[in-house]
Amino acid sequence: MATTAATAPAIHATPVSKKGGVMSWLTTTDHKKIAVLYLYTALFFFIFGGLEAVIIRAQLMLPNGELVSAELYNQLMTMHGTTMIFLAVMPLSAVFFNFLIPLQIGARDVAFPRLNAFSYWVYLLGGIFITVPIFFMVAPDGGWFAYAPLTTNQFSPGVNIDFWVLGIQILGLSSLAAAFNFITTVINMRAPGMNMMRMPMFTWMAFVTQFLIALAFPAITIALVFLQFDRFFGTTFYDITAGADPLLWQHLFWIFGHPEVYILILPAFGLISEVIPTNARKPLFGYPVMVYSGILIAFLGFGVWAHHMFAVGMGPVADTVFGLMTMLIAIPTGVKIFNWIATLWGGNLRLNTAMLFAIGLPALFTIGGISGVMHSSPPAVMQQTDSYFIVAHFHYVLFGGSMMGIFAGLYHYFPKMFGRMLNERLGKWHFWLNFIAMNLTFFPMHYSGMLGMPRRIYTYDAQQGWETFNLLSSLGAFLLAIATAVFVVNFFWSKRNGALAPNDPWGAPTIEWSIPSPVPEYNFAKLPTITSRYPMWDLPSKDPAGVGTRAGRESGVVMETETFTAAELGIPMPLPSIKPLLAAFSIVVLLSGMFFLSNDSKMLALVLMIGGGIATFGFIVSWLSSPLEEHH
Amino acid sequence: MSNAAAVAEHATHHHHTSTGLDNRKIGLWAFIGSECMLFGSLIATYLSYKGKSLVGPFPHEAWTSPQGETFPAILDIPVTSASTFVLLMSSLAMVLAHNAVVHRHKPKVTTTDRIIGNSSLWLGMTALLGLAFLCFQAYEFTAFVHEGLSIGTNLFGSSFYTLTGFHGAHVAVGVLWLTALLFIDRKRTLQPEDATNVDLCALYWHFVDVVWIAIFTLIYLIK
Repeated sequence: MATTAATAPAIHATPVSKKGGVMSWLTTTDHKKIAVLYLYTALFFFIFGGLEAVIIRAQLMLPNGELVSAELYNQLMTMHGTTMIFLAVMPLSAVFFNFLIPLQIGARDVAFPRLNAFSYWVYLLGGIFITVPIFFMVAPDGGWFAYAPLTTNQFSPGVNIDFWVLGIQILGLSSLAAAFNFITTVINMRAPGMNMMRMPMFTWMAFVTQFLIALAFPAITIALVFLQFDRFFGTTFYDITAGADPLLWQHLFWIFGHPEVYILILPAFGLISEVIPTNARKPLFGYPVMVYSGILIAFLGFGVWAHHMFAVGMGPVADTVFGLMTMLIAIPTGVKIFNWIATLWGGNLRLNTAMLFAIGLPALFTIGGISGVMHSSPPAVMQQTDSYFIVAHFHYVLFGGSMMGIFAGLYHYFPKMFGRMLNERLGKWHFWLNFIAMNLTFFPMHYSGMLGMPRRIYTYDAQQGWETFNLLSSLGAFLLAIATAVFVVNFFWSKRNGALAPNDPWGAPTIEWSIPSPVPEYNFAKLPTITSRYPMWDLPSKDPAGVGTRAGRESGVVMETETFTAAELGIPMPLPSIKPLLAAFSIVVLLSGMFFLSNDSKMLALVLMIGGGIATFGFIVSWLSSPLEEHH
Repeated sequence: MSNAAAVAEHATHHHHTSTGLDNRKIGLWAFIGSECMLFGSLIATYLSYKGKSLVGPFPHEAWTSPQGETFPAILDIPVTSASTFVLLMSSLAMVLAHNAVVHRHKPKVTTTDRIIGNSSLWLGMTALLGLAFLCFQAYEFTAFVHEGLSIGTNLFGSSFYTLTGFHGAHVAVGVLWLTALLFIDRKRTLQPEDATNVDLCALYWHFVDVVWIAIFTLIYLIK
């Protein structure tokens, strides 16, 4: 067996696992295949949410636009936000959590491979559940924040909000299950010598993000349970006439919602902390401080939620405390930005597409960060709140921040995922179109906002000085659609025709680059021993003298140029299993059964909930009682 | 590495973990951390709505409606003290169940040894005490509804039933888990190697108990 395997070429065009077909995807427990599933699904939703934005901008391009009705506009606006946050950016980060965490810490898979598959299937089904209603004009229409009492039965009688409430519950389940999985993976699955302060920065930021998810999502779960009970069972949590506090939802929502902002941005920070040192060919400046500032951002992130509520009149003490806490967060964030600049400083820069996106992040995020610091001052935000200035702010941090980081990560890691390089020429077109269009879309919103244009309105009158800025924003949005189309073409073209990728196309420092591209199913034929933060830069092959550093000579990291099958190596692999999919399906049936509780079809609701409950229990029992892996 | 056989020498040891702890244990601790925020949100809501209900009945004092109907104070502390005692004793039984599995092979001389070492007895006892707690809760809810407090009556009703109902659901999941372990124990006798399985259930069960101590103190005892 060994001789045939040994003659295998070092560079592969086809995935190492020969098993293909639909069933192999439905039953996969391989973190790399699950990452690819996340990638396709999240890209689909990213395009879907982008098209919603294009319709919104077409409506607002000229005054008194009549492309869509006010009702449909509310649905589009709500679903654009919900889709981009829960179905696009978070899962795009999950692509990298899945793909990179085990590779960067030197593990063969995540701690719970089947739970990982379960998370993906729950996400997919939840995404479908919350997206389909827009085709029937009954999509959620309460904004991505769904403020109660606006969203209670009294003010939102239809089924629209029911879809949102249940859909977000389902998606929360997926994120929480994934968070427990990745926390365990990072704590417990590290290769020998991979102590916490040697972990790659992406894994660190991903690790911090999992704590944010685990601790922030319960707050919205409870807020949603209250809203669900108010709508379905007549409880009084948000009923002002029963003495309820009109701010209860806002507090619970933003205790989740503000950490959520860091859930969206920290993985992108992590990604560019991989791309920048690689392409500046210098170690990351101030590694420990980068770790601590990430932890500090997450920690402070739980103490600033009420800065979303300055306009509700909480009083001077609360306003001052939350304003100060918010300003404080600018410090660790600023530290990160200066550290990236210091990493670039004096480096031998290679401006490939990944690097351009990675440099784009600090540039654009800082603009959004500075307007964010402006909002931390209650008197200032009184002038800006609910205006397009806020829309400009959060698109600079989310599009200019998170999406730039994710694109940097996609260009950087595409070769490792698919074994081929993304086309650089199309990539540069993508970057520059994206960069120009992004600024063209969102920069004018600062002005329309300062001139008083409110958020969330579906149309506006002429003669208010907003026409030019809206026209520019809309043209920018159309250009963004073209930029994204360039990326999609590049993605699919390169996946078939891109140049074959060697193990380490970028000369990167971390261990995921020591193994073949695409990665064999077992990841590492021999688990590496880690002796430094940048094992690949310690190897003799990277040293002109051919000896490498002492850390490199002592480490077990080697360039693995041959691929085998797991069976040849005697590595036990997680068995494929359909049970996570079945369990995910039944738990979604159980939860969506609740939808009918409020719609006078209680029998159907009971049948779905009891049937779904029994099926969930059955599938989980059979999942837990079947063996995880085969032993060779 | 020139061939697969040479590589294969190094390919074993996959069950090694960085901390030496079982993965499931760390995962469960992460889950418990998350659950703290879940119950924290429920308890915080209950406390912030305390005394804010516009109409009765109320938890700790009697209330006369505008129509002249009188409602007693709802919470029955002696009954709930009994159910709290039952739940705390279930934690003791849980510890004994784990102990019995760990020391499965210790020779059993006296009758006491045999009782203490009977894992099925203690797993069943834990599940039974959990079930008794749930019966207390069912009785409590029924009695409260008869006294005029339903989930939609006022802020107290909404936040009380939701909070204690969530806790009850957690106890119910625990009872299911314990029953599954009891089933396995009867079928093939849990061995010391299975101790982690019992330990995980125990960790969850004790957590659910601790949450109840917080609820009992904050909701029932503090007026």
